[in-house]
Amino acid sequence: MNLLEINSLSVAFGSTEKPFHAVDGLDLTVRQGEIVGIVGESGSGKSVTMMAMMGLLDGQGRITAERLQFDGKDLLTLGARERRRIVGKDISMIFQDPMTALNPSFTVGYQIMEVLREHLGLKGSALRQRALELMEMVEIPAAASRLDAYPHQLSGGMSQRVAIAMAIACRPKLLIADEPTTALDVTIQAQIMDLLVSLQQSQNMSLILITHDLAVISEIAQRVAVMYAGQVVELSRVPDIFLSPAHPYTEALLASIPEHSKGARRLSTLPGIVPGHHDRPVGCLLSPRCPYVQDSCRTVRPELTTTSAGAVRCHFPLSGKEA
Amino acid sequence: MFAFIFRRFGLLIPTFIGITLLTFSLIHMIPGDPIEVMVGERNLDPVMHAQAMHRLGLDKPLYAQYFDYIGQLLNGNLGESIKTREPVLKEFLTLFPATLELALSAMLFAAFFGLLAGVIAAIRRGKATDHSVMGLALTGFSMPIFWWGLILIMVFSNYLHWTPVSGRVDLAFDIPPRTGFMLIDSWLIERADPANFSGAFIDALRHLILPTIVLGTIPLAVIARMTRSSMLEVLKEDYVRTARAKGLSPFKVIFVHTLRNALIPVLTVIGLQIGTLMGGAVLTETIFSWPGIGKWLIDAIGSRDYPVIQSGLLMVATLVIVVNFAVDILYGVVNPRIRHAK
Ligand SMILES: Nc1ncnc2c1ncn2[C@@H]1O[C@H](COP(=O)(O)OP(=O)(O)OP(=O)(O)O)[C@@H](O)[C@H]1O
Ligand SMILES: [Mg+2]
Repeated sequence: MNLLEINSLSVAFGSTEKPFHAVDGLDLTVRQGEIVGIVGESGSGKSVTMMAMMGLLDGQGRITAERLQFDGKDLLTLGARERRRIVGKDISMIFQDPMTALNPSFTVGYQIMEVLREHLGLKGSALRQRALELMEMVEIPAAASRLDAYPHQLSGGMSQRVAIAMAIACRPKLLIADEPTTALDVTIQAQIMDLLVSLQQSQNMSLILITHDLAVISEIAQRVAVMYAGQVVELSRVPDIFLSPAHPYTEALLASIPEHSKGARRLSTLPGIVPGHHDRPVGCLLSPRCPYVQDSCRTVRPELTTTSAGAVRCHFPLSGKEA
Repeated sequence: MFAFIFRRFGLLIPTFIGITLLTFSLIHMIPGDPIEVMVGERNLDPVMHAQAMHRLGLDKPLYAQYFDYIGQLLNGNLGESIKTREPVLKEFLTLFPATLELALSAMLFAAFFGLLAGVIAAIRRGKATDHSVMGLALTGFSMPIFWWGLILIMVFSNYLHWTPVSGRVDLAFDIPPRTGFMLIDSWLIERADPANFSGAFIDALRHLILPTIVLGTIPLAVIARMTRSSMLEVLKEDYVRTARAKGLSPFKVIFVHTLRNALIPVLTVIGLQIGTLMGGAVLTETIFSWPGIGKWLIDAIGSRDYPVIQSGLLMVATLVIVVNFAVDILYGVVNPRIRHAK
């Protein structure tokens, strides 16, 4: 069974007359214990999707969906209070910049214990004990003394470990990591990624990993969703998508990785940028940039259709390596 | 933390020197001859004039006079009132609790309602609540104290008869001063002697209400505006998003994670309001015949009681910097980044 099922999720910002769909009919499923990677250029709506699911957009974006189901519960109809019982407990999230993600006014111990108190009702020494345990789980050295440290006394890597400890505190079923290593030193990036994967395995949780680093995805993820302008343009199993991308955008994304470098925020191989607020084309969203564009691409927007390896949103999907 | 307090304390010294320079030069800025002004007569006998100059040390060079002045201050000698012949310090200490009580009460009032209004406006940003709260704050801020006091007296005292017009307590009660705070003294005596002092505490409280509102209105408005903008700033922070991602209730997100950080600039503003409050106290005390420092200084100015003006101002100014010092320390307590700064 799918732990998370998203059908046709849209998030609109701005006025109702002139809405901007940061997420535009997005489909995504995540299975129990699976690692799903999400890739796509800046502004393609990766973060907004996850924030919408967590209920963190705070009335700014208008969320609609055919289906938004987590662990058998319909997140769309769930009241705010019930949703808060899930968020931070069964689904949790870590963010890009660990240096700003922790509250500067409270000790890291307090911030970890806060989650445990809120969701598990732990108190007193059991609470402190569990917080310490979590800090050891995320491999923070001298955890006991760090419990009373303030965020500004920690390095970026340590702060991200604290954020991870907070996120896994209640043994979530799904952890969302939104570019968890982008803000860190290169040497620390691998450590944090290893930690996430080993926690994912030991806790048997599902992990959604948003990243620009396709190399990391190819190593750890089982499936990848490629996002473009608020839509999933291709969803596929991991070796397949790297070997034979079905969507021209995926192909361009892969081609833009020079040998060993990290993935690109902008694509050198595709001219132009992700369409913004007011320049979304009528047809396929990639049509202005697509090297294989045909007339019908400019007028008819393709649907996400199932393929042998997953799904693709393209009128003329690439087959094999013939391109 | 101690190093932090120590550093802040070091900053007090130059400020204090600045203040003494000001109050010192005050006596030299009096238009006309200081002796004539003090004695209140013109065309004094030149011999007597010279003697007086000598007695007061006014014939020495300025810098020597300044050091004399500092020396006296350090000995706790703040001069005598020309009018009452009482030591200025003694008068100050007798009257100060009344001002302090009023100022504390006004500050509590302003801080409580100002923070509340600011938080509400920030949460309801752009909505009708926000606009009305901020509109009221702007009105409060631009309210002339004198006029505002008279309006309140007219409505609540003259028309509705809810509150008394002047003083700290009804003259029927002869409250023996113990702490100098009327609320506490009246409460103590009422408990000790219920037969004669029944209702004294409530009466003192009723006397305090209008002056508190009048004096607290401007700081309230300033605090509300500062709280709102500071809250809006902090609400954008990543750690607020983290707090919400933890599944915390909106109440905890606002009052634990946001307000705590938003408070830092607000505290500074509260500290800065102390000065405004002292200025406001002068007017408020005059309107409500509140027997405190403000009214004392106004009376001293009226009767040209220069030692009282000079030393009174010195003490008020000292008070303001001491309070600002305390605010600085508090600042460090709520903001660990400052506390730990090297
Ligand atoms: N609160 C908001 N109001 C209006 N527009 C928003 C808001 N939040 C995000 N957007 C817009 O939605 C689009 C998608 O943003 P999002 O942050 O999801 O991109 P992303 O894929 O996560 O990019 P990145 O790789 O840079 O993190 C962007 O064009 C952004 O400007
Ligand atoms: Mg993002």
